[in-house]
Amino acid sequence: MNILVCVKRVPDSSENEIVINPAGNDIERDDLVYSINEWDNYAVEEALQIAERTGGAVTVATVGGEEDEEILRREMAMGARHGVLLSDERFEGSDGRGVAAILKSLVERNQFDLILTGVQADDGAGQVGGMLAAMLDYPFASLVNSIEVIGGGSKLKVGREIEGGAREFSEIGLPCVLSIQTGINEPRYVGMRGIRQVANVPIPTYGAGDLGLNGEVGASAAKVRRVDYFVPPAGKGAEMLEGGREENIDRVIALVKASGGVK
Amino acid sequence: MTAPIFAYIVHKDGVADDTALEFLTAAKKIDAARNPVAIVAGSGGGTDAVCESLRKSYQEIWKITSEALTYPNAEVIRKALADVLPAGSIVLVPHAHFGVDLSPGLSVKLGAAYVPDVVDIEGVHSTVLRAVRQEFGGQVSTHVECDITAGAVINVRPGVFTAGAAAGATGTVVEKVPGCDLTVRRRYIETVVPEAGDVDITKYPVLVSIGRGIQEQDNIAIAEELAEAMGAAVSCSRPVVDAKWLPKSRQVGSSGNTVKPKVYMAFGISGSFQHLAGIKGNPLIIAINKNPRAPIFRVADVGIVDDILEFIPEMTAKVRTMTAVAGKASA
Repeated sequence: MNILVCVKRVPDSSENEIVINPAGNDIERDDLVYSINEWDNYAVEEALQIAERTGGAVTVATVGGEEDEEILRREMAMGARHGVLLSDERFEGSDGRGVAAILKSLVERNQFDLILTGVQADDGAGQVGGMLAAMLDYPFASLVNSIEVIGGGSKLKVGREIEGGAREFSEIGLPCVLSIQTGINEPRYVGMRGIRQVANVPIPTYGAGDLGLNGEVGASAAKVRRVDYFVPPAGKGAEMLEGGREENIDRVIALVKASGGVK
Repeated sequence: MTAPIFAYIVHKDGVADDTALEFLTAAKKIDAARNPVAIVAGSGGGTDAVCESLRKSYQEIWKITSEALTYPNAEVIRKALADVLPAGSIVLVPHAHFGVDLSPGLSVKLGAAYVPDVVDIEGVHSTVLRAVRQEFGGQVSTHVECDITAGAVINVRPGVFTAGAAAGATGTVVEKVPGCDLTVRRRYIETVVPEAGDVDITKYPVLVSIGRGIQEQDNIAIAEELAEAMGAAVSCSRPVVDAKWLPKSRQVGSSGNTVKPKVYMAFGISGSFQHLAGIKGNPLIIAINKNPRAPIFRVADVGIVDDILEFIPEMTAKVRTMTAVAGKASA
C-alpha cells in the first residue's frame, strides 16, 4: 500500500512558553524549539507499520519552506521512503482550504492508496484532512486510533475515539483520508545516526506551477484570515501562591483539608 | 445580514446535546434579528422526541429523516446537509468528535468558509464574520475574520456559550427528505465501550492528576506515593495515556472519564479544553505547573509555578509527617 502522510513543522508547545510579540501579529518565534507536529509523528509511524505489513512505500509531504526540510528528513529517518516539499511564494497566506488544495494536486499526480494526517496541529484547527477528502471525493474518518487492513487490502477497519473513552468502529473503502489521533501506536525512536543516513537523499520541491495551481491558493483565495494574537482573558483566574515551596505545600494541604479532601 | 443560520443538533437516545441551547446564544451573536433553525438528522422515535423537545426553544426545526441516518455517520449526514441546505447558509456545529468528522468536508461541499473550534463570536460586519479562536493548546487567543459571502460552517466549542432562554414560542417541525443518494464508502460497525480499570477514579474525593510534566514513566511512582499518603487516586491527562504510562481508565477528559471530585490537583497539566471538559462538579482545582502561562491557571482556584518533580515528593513527605503526628495524637 502506498501511503502519503501530510506533516507539519510546529513550535513544540510542550517545550516552549508561547509569548505574543509586541505588535500582536505573531508569536515570538526567535527562541522557539521546533519539531514535527506530535499527531503527524504518530501518523507516520502508523503508515510505516501498515507499509511493513502490506508492502509499498510511505511518502511524507509538507507545505512550507526550506526550514521545513528538517522534519521531512526526520520522518525519512524513521523509514519514510520519499519526502516532498511543497513550497512557493504563492502558497503564503493560504487558509486550511488552500493547504488542502495544494495537497490535492500532489495526490492527483501520484498513486496513493491511503492518505494520513494528524488530527490537528499547532493552530488546533483539525481541518486539512477532512477538506482534502471532500475535494478528492474520498471517504474520511477523523480521530482514528486503530487501523486494520481487511478485505484483502481493499478496505480498512478503523476505530475512532469518541466520548468517554468509547471507540466507534467502521469499515472504510480505499483510497481514503484518515486523521490520526495520538496514542494509536508508539512512534519509533530516531537517532542522529538515522538522520545522517538520509541527509543526502534528494527531496524534490514542487511549486504552484508544478502542481497546476493558480487562484485557489494563497492569501487572496483565503476565506479565513487570522487578524491578530492576544492574551486570553484570565477568566476567574487562579490565586497564585507566591511563597516558598514549603509554605506553598502547607497552604495546599490546608486547602485540601478544608475542602473535606483528606483526614 | 440576511443569511439563514442553522444549528446542527447532536443527539443521542432521544435527547439533544447541551450545545442545542448554547447555539441559540451563539446565533444571536451572529445576527440578533434572526431566529436560527435547528437541524435534527436521524430516523425513528428518538429523532421525533428530540424535535419535540426543541419546539420549546427553536421556532423552526428541520427534521432530516432517512433510514440511512439511523446512526450518525458524518459521511452520510454531510451528503444530506449538502443536499438540503440553501446556498449561503451559516451552520453551527459542536466542535466535538462528530463535528470534527463532519464539518471540514461539509464546508468544501457547500463552497463555504470553515472556522473550527470557535470560543466566541464578535459579530458580522457586511460579509465578514469575526470570531475568537485559540492556538497552541489554549496558550494564546486569536481573532479570525471569515468571508461569509458563500456561507460558513462554524464549529463552536461546547460549553463556551451560555444556554439560550426558551423563545416561548412553539416551534414548527418541518420534515426534509434528502433527494440525493446517501450511499457512502464508510460503514458503521459498532461502538465499543472501555473496560473498567483497576482504579475507578470517578469514586475518589481527591485526585492527584498528572500530565506531560511528569516527564517519564519512572516518575509516576512519586504521584502514586502522594496519592497513597492522601487517600487519593492518581488520574492523568491524555499525554500520559498516549505514552502508555497509565491505562486509559485513568484519563480525565472528553475522550476519557468525567470526574466530580472535591479536590482536583493538576500536576504538570497544561489544561486543554478537552481535559477540562472531564472535570465537573466545580471542585477546588489546585494547579502546579512550571509554565506560568499554562492555560490551567486560568481555570484553577489556586496556582503554583513550580517543578512538580520536586514539589510532589516534598508534599508527600509533609503529608506523611502530619498523618504520623495525627496518628500519635489520637492513639
